[in-house]
Amino acid sequence: MKVSPSAEEISADKTAGVSAISITGLNKSFDKVQAVVDLNLEISQGEFFSMLGPSGSGKTTVLRILAGFETASSGKVLLEGTDVTDLAPFDRDVNTVFQDYALFPHMSIQKNVEYGLKARKISKPKRAELASQAIDSVKLSHLADRLPHQLSGGQRQRIALARALVLRPKVLLLDEPLGALDKQLREEMQVELKRIQREAGITFIFVTHDQEEAMRMSDRIAVFNAGRIEQIGTPAEVYESPATEFVAGFLGVSNLLSGEDARQLLGSADLVNIRPERIKILPENSKPLAGEISVRATIVDIAYTGANTLYTLEGPNGLRLVATRLNQEMSGASQGLDWSDKVLATFRKEHVAKIPSK
Amino acid sequence: MLRFSKASKAGLIVIVGIVLLFMYAPLTVLILNAFNERQVSSWPIEEFSLKWWAIAFESEPIRAALLNSATVATGAMLIAMILGSLVAFALNRFDFFGKSTVNLLIVLPIALPGVVTGVAFSNTYSNFLTPAGFQIGYFGMIVAHSTICIVMVFNNVFARLKRMNPSLQEASMDLGQGLWGTFRLVTVPQFRTAFAAGALLAFALSFDEVVITIFTAPPGVDTLPLWILKEMARPNQASVVNVVATVVIVLSFVPVYVSQRLSRTENEK
Repeated sequence: MKVSPSAEEISADKTAGVSAISITGLNKSFDKVQAVVDLNLEISQGEFFSMLGPSGSGKTTVLRILAGFETASSGKVLLEGTDVTDLAPFDRDVNTVFQDYALFPHMSIQKNVEYGLKARKISKPKRAELASQAIDSVKLSHLADRLPHQLSGGQRQRIALARALVLRPKVLLLDEPLGALDKQLREEMQVELKRIQREAGITFIFVTHDQEEAMRMSDRIAVFNAGRIEQIGTPAEVYESPATEFVAGFLGVSNLLSGEDARQLLGSADLVNIRPERIKILPENSKPLAGEISVRATIVDIAYTGANTLYTLEGPNGLRLVATRLNQEMSGASQGLDWSDKVLATFRKEHVAKIPSK
Repeated sequence: MLRFSKASKAGLIVIVGIVLLFMYAPLTVLILNAFNERQVSSWPIEEFSLKWWAIAFESEPIRAALLNSATVATGAMLIAMILGSLVAFALNRFDFFGKSTVNLLIVLPIALPGVVTGVAFSNTYSNFLTPAGFQIGYFGMIVAHSTICIVMVFNNVFARLKRMNPSLQEASMDLGQGLWGTFRLVTVPQFRTAFAAGALLAFALSFDEVVITIFTAPPGVDTLPLWILKEMARPNQASVVNVVATVVIVLSFVPVYVSQRLSRTENEK
């Protein structure tokens, strides 16, 4: 989309350097349920920020408070330094792409995209021009006169995006916008969304429950659980160094060890996590390298997933580890390994992520 | 999809045919008799004529009754449109203590025997309002009718609002449109066909209402159905009655038909 601001516009922007969104002490309760608990969050301008968590974790509630659809029970929301906590949705410079797209069913695609421009009292020819450009930028000009129900899910999703972006909001809120699309289209749209975000230079706040999607697209991720943020960090940080047991378990496959399991391997009972791709599976009689921790184990399960194969290993005293191998060179699903094979599992010390106790 | 054998399909068609025959044969006979040359209804009809139509058209009492029916139906419809849709909005939008009771109380009048509603209104008017100095008269009949008409508008609008995607209104406000603009540009287009369909049904319901009307019509005021009822007692008026009945059928049928069409086109989207 050609919606990126020019250089003068950026330098003239007095708010440069201020956080796009700043949330302090935010609480929200519905009846007796605490949906959001004492939340603090800073999101930088131009950032692609994801709020990731299971359903009911409070991420959508935070998004709806940012949009103005819900009022905060307490706390403050600043948009580029301006307090918007008590402003109505139509008085704040943020726009939303809804999960179900929420295109107006009785208006043509063109009229849908013009809707926000009309509300801003932009002249008729000007808004027709801007809307056409926006529809063009998502490559759907040929459908401008159709009604929403005549479009496919992927097309509707692009129009919803064009309708929000044509207003050049300071922040774009996206509520699981790819949730209804099939996998292939979803991956296409992930790339497309990232491109649009880069070119427009607009802050994107993206709500999803799909950890893979969040990692692929985001500059930073906030992992939500039970109304709180468990961790904020880059995709690599939250994956490699999870701050809590929940984060370790929610993102990817994990080997969480504590108590006796941790003690027999590492000499300490602290909670740790080892990602399965860090664990090497060697023949039983191999010698581990210096700095490597090793354990003798038996293969109790093999699961072929295409790019990888997952092995479940059973060590002494009921210790269980999951290890993955990339199917790059080895041929066949089993990679020469079989059920009940005795093997040596090894991993480097620095790949053991200690999870801080609360 | 449920599948039927050929025999059971044929059986069902026959049953439907019989039911429709029982429902519509008397109406057809009545309409045909409105064009009967003779003064008394008869079958088969020997000679057709428009003479009763001319007589009915010239008749002052019939004209007055038609005007009364139209006035009462329009009045009841307008009250129902306003109150019915307001209640529908309130019940759809807010959760409050006693919500389902209010819902039930709104719908109840349609199930209540007309005699009961009629007596209740009649008593209220003559025992409370008249002694208190209010001469409710003609308007009382409209109010009594509107209690059943509200249900039509309420049911239609409420069902539509329930199906409406709540994020449409949020999207409108999110795109910068205020409350009134959102209502006008997004909410109204979503429910206007249901609103119109409900209003037409309300009109039709009031137009041929007879029981409540008997109890609430002021002395000397006849609606068309009331006029028919009175004239039935005089056998030599039968053919004019048939003409008036035909008019009532048409004036009730048209709004119901249009209302059905409105609901259907909306559901197909």
